[in-house]
Amino acid sequence: MRYLPLDASDREAMLARIGVPDISALFADIPADKRIEGLLDMPLAKSEMAVEREMAAIAGRSLAAGSVPFFLGAGAYRRHIPATVDHLIQRSEFLTSYTPYQPEIAQGTLQVLFEFQTQVAALTGMEVANASMYDGSTACGEAMLMAHRLTRRGRAVISGGLHPQYADVCATLARMAGDAIVRLPPDLTASEDIAAAIDGATSCVIVQSPDFFGNPRDLAPIAAAAHAHGALVIAVFTDPVALGALRSPGEMDADIAVGEGQGIGNALSFGGPYLGLFATRARNVRQMPGRLAGETVDAAGRRSFVLTLSTREQHIRRDKATSNICTNSGLCALAFSIHLTLLGAAGLRRLANVNHANAVRLAERLAAIPGVEVVNSHFFNEFTLRTPRPAAALIEALAERGVIGGLPVSRLLPGAGLDDCIVVASTETNSEDDRAAFARALADCLG
Amino acid sequence: MNVQGRPTRPETAAPSHRRATFTGNRGLDIEEALIFETGRLDATGVDLDPPEPYASRLGPHARAGAIELPGLTEPEAIRHYVRLSRNNYSIDAGIYPLGSCTMKHNSRLNEKMARLPGFADVHPLQPVSTAQGALAVIEALSRALLTMTGMEAVAMSPKAGAHGELCGMMAIKAAVEARGEGATRRVVLVPDSAHGTNPATAALIGYSVRPVPAGADGTVSAEAVRAALASDVAAIMLTNPNTCGLFEREIVGIAEAVRAAGAYFYCDGANFNAVVGKTRPGDLGVDAMHINLHKTFSTPHGGGGPGAGPVALSSRLAPYAPVPYVKREGAALRLVEHIEGGESFGRMCAFHGQTGMFVRALAFILSHGADGLRQASEDAVLSANYILASLSDLMSAPFGERPCMHEALFDDRWLKDTGLTTLDFAKAMIDEGYHPMTVYFPLIVHGAMLIEPTESESKASLDLFIMTLRDLALAATAGERERFQAAPTLAPRQRLDETRAARRPVLRWTKLEPV
Repeated sequence: MRYLPLDASDREAMLARIGVPDISALFADIPADKRIEGLLDMPLAKSEMAVEREMAAIAGRSLAAGSVPFFLGAGAYRRHIPATVDHLIQRSEFLTSYTPYQPEIAQGTLQVLFEFQTQVAALTGMEVANASMYDGSTACGEAMLMAHRLTRRGRAVISGGLHPQYADVCATLARMAGDAIVRLPPDLTASEDIAAAIDGATSCVIVQSPDFFGNPRDLAPIAAAAHAHGALVIAVFTDPVALGALRSPGEMDADIAVGEGQGIGNALSFGGPYLGLFATRARNVRQMPGRLAGETVDAAGRRSFVLTLSTREQHIRRDKATSNICTNSGLCALAFSIHLTLLGAAGLRRLANVNHANAVRLAERLAAIPGVEVVNSHFFNEFTLRTPRPAAALIEALAERGVIGGLPVSRLLPGAGLDDCIVVASTETNSEDDRAAFARALADCLG
Repeated sequence: MNVQGRPTRPETAAPSHRRATFTGNRGLDIEEALIFETGRLDATGVDLDPPEPYASRLGPHARAGAIELPGLTEPEAIRHYVRLSRNNYSIDAGIYPLGSCTMKHNSRLNEKMARLPGFADVHPLQPVSTAQGALAVIEALSRALLTMTGMEAVAMSPKAGAHGELCGMMAIKAAVEARGEGATRRVVLVPDSAHGTNPATAALIGYSVRPVPAGADGTVSAEAVRAALASDVAAIMLTNPNTCGLFEREIVGIAEAVRAAGAYFYCDGANFNAVVGKTRPGDLGVDAMHINLHKTFSTPHGGGGPGAGPVALSSRLAPYAPVPYVKREGAALRLVEHIEGGESFGRMCAFHGQTGMFVRALAFILSHGADGLRQASEDAVLSANYILASLSDLMSAPFGERPCMHEALFDDRWLKDTGLTTLDFAKAMIDEGYHPMTVYFPLIVHGAMLIEPTESESKASLDLFIMTLRDLALAATAGERERFQAAPTLAPRQRLDETRAARRPVLRWTKLEPV
């Protein structure tokens, strides 16, 4: 077995040193009638070549997004990732290290996390950010729990523009924690009256911008209403590139900003691994979940970085911890940080502009098809179409024509009366040819 | 000192033993500035043509000011991250014996497979008919995990071990509530040797935690569990093999007692790597167990994640499993994304779990096969016992009279008259070129040192490691205090002032000196 360095003579010598006759003596604590005699009912070891062949055959049964005109977003975005990113994250010292428990020999990871935290804080317009969460949806759930701790209240108001699966995650967590939520109905046009749902028992308002349907939202009036009742505002985003073009959560007076970071530096990978971004005001830091890297000095007085404020965390505080989170998304955070460093402010702005321009051109093309309506008055790189035919069947028909045309809203919101709606995204990866192919195929399907 | 009584700074701040240089660099060891000090707001390593003129649809939502995000060109960026990387220890560079973390070899085949476009470039919401390969990975890994655990079902979506714990405990809570006992069963039993995530998870969903003491032999007795069980108990969370590296000998009796009391048995599967192919948790009476794919199945630790924490469930809990899950319907695989009339407790995360990690874990499992998986468990246990046997004459092992599983546990009794701590010993290992073991965990052992070699070490590597630890142990007991208290002196950094970091937190770079 290519991964196992010990051979038979090694094993024999080691058993002799231990002073036992055979390996089974070391497993003697397993009750005799519960031991597996022989092997598990699975195939035997395979060579690298054989595994590669088997895995490639499985991979071949999925359609790679990059092989077709692709316009699906809804919380995960196909981006061009510079080759440098994947090269650097595969360096042994990043890939095969762990949580920096011994900071003297983990300054690489720790400095990256410190830089990452600074980048996320700048991007969101907040004061502090943590070293990442599992993904956007769990970051959103953790933000809700944090708001409950900060306000000592247990009722979150969830906007109808929040990604439906994020809302489901919050609903599950709230129910299990014994808290309440007020979930507003799906809000296609950002016309809901959130302020009316806030009262003195509200812990927080969870609002996404751009929302699930693509509408950017002005959080400032919502924040004013929430703050008037002592509630907090949790601003959610699902594409970090949007923050390169839109007003930041911090600028609009949000208290906590959370979002999905996949759209910078990370592949689609059928939904994971991704990374949750989590930022807040400095005054809230001791109620923040997750790991934090901080600056200090070593015994020789040199600037150094170390995991800090761990008295919030489970390994110290156990059942009094701010969260049960332990492992986060270190390598995904690294990929995010490298990509964002390569972009810089100028590159991010340009990338956001290209995304927006592509979406505008796409919207113009699609809106020209008879019967098709773009619902949004404003959008960044994602918008919602109303179509004259049920969207789910339409998306299937488009797929048969080799175009992935977006998300039928009914897939995530069945029974919401939005069966004729498609959420369409466009990134820098879409060409004019892609847009033409999409428009042609859609017109064809509707014709 | 922090709340664990763990010293956080050196007793003596010894000056560096090395000659100062003009740059602060030391040969290959380069001091690297922050990107905020070297980058420029107008620099970029990504060429992108600005778009042709278009009519903005951002409306009043457009951002006005620039974002404080310095950029680097590609050569600058490569150099920055390569230099930083060289300050990290890694498995690829040497034994990484962090107990409970299972730092085994990470095969590059698995990385290569995860990057196949049919896995990496598949969107979680593209039509299911176009994502059958991704669903096949989820199904194949589920099947393998069920074979290894002997359980009824597996929830694949949890994103890491602690998320898996949360998933399992939510399933238990849903089951308890379905029986109408949600209001009365409010307590979860957690041994005092448990990972901190266990009590944190129970508390997160409103349970109060009742500790169960471990016995003098480091394990939990069925008697102690029975004494703690009552009609208010919803579940026990027990790690097996436990955090002392021991197999819970009375686990079957514990499972029976828990079940008889109407409660559920959550097993923390962090240490499953010791027993894959040797015993099946389902046969032991476990109701739910998470499996850390980044431990047992070698998906890379990545400097702190991403992990993946699928949860195997017994028939008693399977109906409460979260959405989504994959269901075979004839030749096709279907993705069930919404609760379909059953008793599912809901959703843990957006999308379908850590598919990219599933690909790596599946490649690991296919590579090992039934024979290799069993051999890996045996080699991991053999190597840990080899270390235990080779050091226990010099270092005190609290439970050394019996074999351990995959990790060898020592305490600090042997350091008693040396004036040295576990931390000093660990830091001296760094100067010898080793990553230290897990220290001060489990909490029930004073000054714990938990060594997990994994199956990835050759005998030569183990022998050198053992020899080094023996040399250090002899030096410690011989009174060479300075070597330890100043350590590390040869690493990129000496000991850090953790107290200052916590008292005066600087959590981001700013232009101004923080007040």
